[in-house]
Amino acid sequence: MPTEAAELVFDEATKQYPGRPEPAVDRLSLTVAAGEICVLVGPSGGGKTTALKLVNRLIPLSSGDIRIDGTSIADHDVTELRRSIGYVIQQVGLFPHMTVEANIGTVPRLFGRPRTWIRRRSGELLELVGLDASYARRYPAQLSGGERQRVGLARALAANPPLMLMDEPFGAIDPIIRARLQDEFLRLQHELRKTVVFVTHDIDEAIKVGDRIAILREGGRLAQYDTPARILGQPTDEFVAEFVGADRALKALALRSLADLPLHDGAHDGLPRLPAGTTLRDALALLVAEGSDRVVVTDGDGGELGIATRDDLLA
Amino acid sequence: MTPLLGAGPVIPDFGSGSSCEQTNGWFCTDWLSAHWGDTLQPALVQHVELSLIAVAAGFAIAAVLAIAGFRWHLVDAPVGAVADFLYTIPSLALFQLLVPFTGLTETTVEIALVSYTLLVLYRNMVEGLRGVPDDVLESARGMGLTRLQTFVRVELPLAAPTVLAGLRIATVSTISIATVAAFVVPKGLGEPIFIALDQNLFKTEILAAGGLAVALALAADGLLVLAQRAITPWSRTPA
Repeated sequence: MPTEAAELVFDEATKQYPGRPEPAVDRLSLTVAAGEICVLVGPSGGGKTTALKLVNRLIPLSSGDIRIDGTSIADHDVTELRRSIGYVIQQVGLFPHMTVEANIGTVPRLFGRPRTWIRRRSGELLELVGLDASYARRYPAQLSGGERQRVGLARALAANPPLMLMDEPFGAIDPIIRARLQDEFLRLQHELRKTVVFVTHDIDEAIKVGDRIAILREGGRLAQYDTPARILGQPTDEFVAEFVGADRALKALALRSLADLPLHDGAHDGLPRLPAGTTLRDALALLVAEGSDRVVVTDGDGGELGIATRDDLLA
Repeated sequence: MTPLLGAGPVIPDFGSGSSCEQTNGWFCTDWLSAHWGDTLQPALVQHVELSLIAVAAGFAIAAVLAIAGFRWHLVDAPVGAVADFLYTIPSLALFQLLVPFTGLTETTVEIALVSYTLLVLYRNMVEGLRGVPDDVLESARGMGLTRLQTFVRVELPLAAPTVLAGLRIATVSTISIATVAAFVVPKGLGEPIFIALDQNLFKTEILAAGGLAVALALAADGLLVLAQRAITPWSRTPA
């Protein structure tokens, strides 16, 4: 599958609803590099969903501009623009009267793709999102919430769009499945390298999936746009510090894994064991629970790589 | 004391038929076989015709109105009110009201029958179209379907179960009301019933014609259920 991604630029993008004192999105300027995931996060009223919908013109801009690979969205035909952008929403919005395959084929059909092409593509995409090929013939009512969201993702990817807009895609899914979907989405993104704008109200999700995080505050103003590590480590102001939470130091631990630590030799009898991919946050939780100050780091097959200490972990 | 009419039960003359017919028995099968061809079958065919035309015309009119009512809210309230009003007029009265204008004709019958289908068809069509979930519409728009594509590919098919439910009710009630059509024109299963009422309540004919009307309604309903399953396979799939 050819991989392409577009650079997305918000240039003083503003949405002012008539009769409202404050704009919903206020002179938002930021650049999402091609192939990066930008997470828009913030309290309700921060305008993150509005900002997202400005991109595919579900909501028209009041002033400013948004450019995809240098071309203003205003210069595209609106339906062509939307067909070239993958769109995933929290409630998924699958068409209940169409099979999974027909749902996935929605945009390719608009592009006039033949049935055989759609069949093959839907098979590929189902495999990509981790669903069995037999799902092609099912109707949305026969799927669980998590499965529906996978199909929603497959449908958004069907025409191989260079840009994806995802509006709280995992917001309505229970925590265990959500974590799995996040992991799989990141694995997928590692392969596909799309440019993604991802809206969430959950700062933990933002930290987990974002290459960069844009924190929006009330009135649709950008408070900080930075990598997760810098958002957690150097919040620009009180608002950001408060929004990311008093436990931001702990959250920052979730950004690194045991594989990032220097490992030591030494006795390891009775020490807890963890695979190298474990986040430092989870490792710390285990150390606290076990009352230990060292942990044996293992590779995928259970072989021992060395010992990590709590001091290194907290350094 | 001399009984006025002799010792037997009080029975009118039912002509030269079988003893069952002469005593106005509950259900005379010999009358049935003798008169199926000249009375019941033609009446049944006429009844099907009357109902079919009424439902088809009502469906077409309701569809046009419903699309307008769905698209423009301003249209919905007055159309709904008129359909409501038509539905409240008793059928006999409506036939009577129409006769001065359209005479004792099939047109009169059809106008009345169509009027009764409008309410349920119109309401169900508008409800069906409005009932399409917001998230489905948003994803349709977000994926770049035009307004017309959204209507044809998403809203219409999703309204189908509600529309078909309305069509079932309209069809069954039309078949039932169409028996009253014989009041205006000598057609349909109402006609043999009226004749039998005239002939001192000849029970066999009333039961046979009435029974046929019920059977016809059930059959039409059954066919529509099958059609519904065929058209909307997605609406009955278990979760």
